[in-house]
Amino acid sequence: MTTGKQKRVIPGTTIFDGDQARKGYALNKMCYSFNSEENRQAFLADRDGYCAKFGLNEQQKKAVFDLNVLDMIAAGGNAYFLAKLGGIYKLDMQDIGAQQTGMTKEAFQAKLIAAGKN
Amino acid sequence: MARIVGGINVTHVPYIGRAIANNLQQDAYWKPFFDGFPPVRDWLAKVKPDVAVVVYNDHGLNFFLDKMPTFAVGAAPQYQNADEGWGIPTLPPYTGDQDLSWHMIESLIEDEFDITTCQEMLVDHAFTLPLELLWPNQKQCPVRTVPVCVNTVQFPLPTAARCFNFGRAIGKAIESWDSDARVVVIGTGGLSHQLDGQRAGFINKEFDLMFMDKLVTDPLWVTRYSVPDLVELTGTQGVELLNWLTTRGALGGEVTKVHANYHIPISNTASGLLAMEVV
Repeated sequence: MTTGKQKRVIPGTTIFDGDQARKGYALNKMCYSFNSEENRQAFLADRDGYCAKFGLNEQQKKAVFDLNVLDMIAAGGNAYFLAKLGGIYKLDMQDIGAQQTGMTKEAFQAKLIAAGKN
Repeated sequence: MARIVGGINVTHVPYIGRAIANNLQQDAYWKPFFDGFPPVRDWLAKVKPDVAVVVYNDHGLNFFLDKMPTFAVGAAPQYQNADEGWGIPTLPPYTGDQDLSWHMIESLIEDEFDITTCQEMLVDHAFTLPLELLWPNQKQCPVRTVPVCVNTVQFPLPTAARCFNFGRAIGKAIESWDSDARVVVIGTGGLSHQLDGQRAGFINKEFDLMFMDKLVTDPLWVTRYSVPDLVELTGTQGVELLNWLTTRGALGGEVTKVHANYHIPISNTASGLLAMEVV
């Protein structure tokens, strides 16, 4: 299931490589469908049925239902595609960043501003 | 023959679209970003390009992971923007330049860059917003366009050296085009940012400033880094700097800096702007 190659480890970082792309295909394909308003509404009307239509596995479905970004990444989700799911729930990038780093949104925004002051 | 007047590299964060739509350019949050553009617009008014070759990466609008070209070149009469799912306004279509597209395609393949050609192609915020920033308040973008899409989404990505050489081949193609057109090359994305993982919010000001400086004087400097090195140094999405490097490659040897701006943060991103003129 993996290429078996030794991978570069960058703390807190998942590189979206072939292993991730294979694992996350169904999840990312579902998120890609959210480019359409009709599909976004269909998802909200029947999340279970919509996930089933795209063949999400239990891990992916749970991560989507929990709206847990780190779990979605662990299940093969790609940031750009997951952002389309986040858009349905009106989450912006600071909401998503705060959730993944376990910070409040205010603290996460303060961290970004601080990065400019160094 | 056609002439390259210069190149402009600029960040493409989606929320810039919302700021433009809501007229927030002078809002305290956005002002340091938008104030970077007037000197570049003045330069564009002086050099008067007819065509923009735009080097960018698609974010799941035109390309899904079912087919992911490393390099793709648009060859359409017109390019439509469309709903990307995150609620920013859809912009009017952009006029293509099929003569330049096909000339580039032929020249690039002759030079052994086996690109994907796209006679239909949706263009996302990474293509549209830089054009909006450079030519604001226009009903129709005043230059014809050729989109060049680089895969910075699904690894493996092309190496920095490959992107630089791809850019050189783009430059050679433009300059061998039998036309009196004036061409500007635009590279979009970056600079350092990471949207995903526990390291979300990572920004590297020191590296970005060095990169912007070296891009003008010694662009091969960045080719010492592997793509994983660049992820470590600039974040998972900071690797979009490959589009900047491709653009710099197209400009050839010596360039002068017209104007630069750098501001942290716009959304989760270190925003950069760098306009260069061909000497």
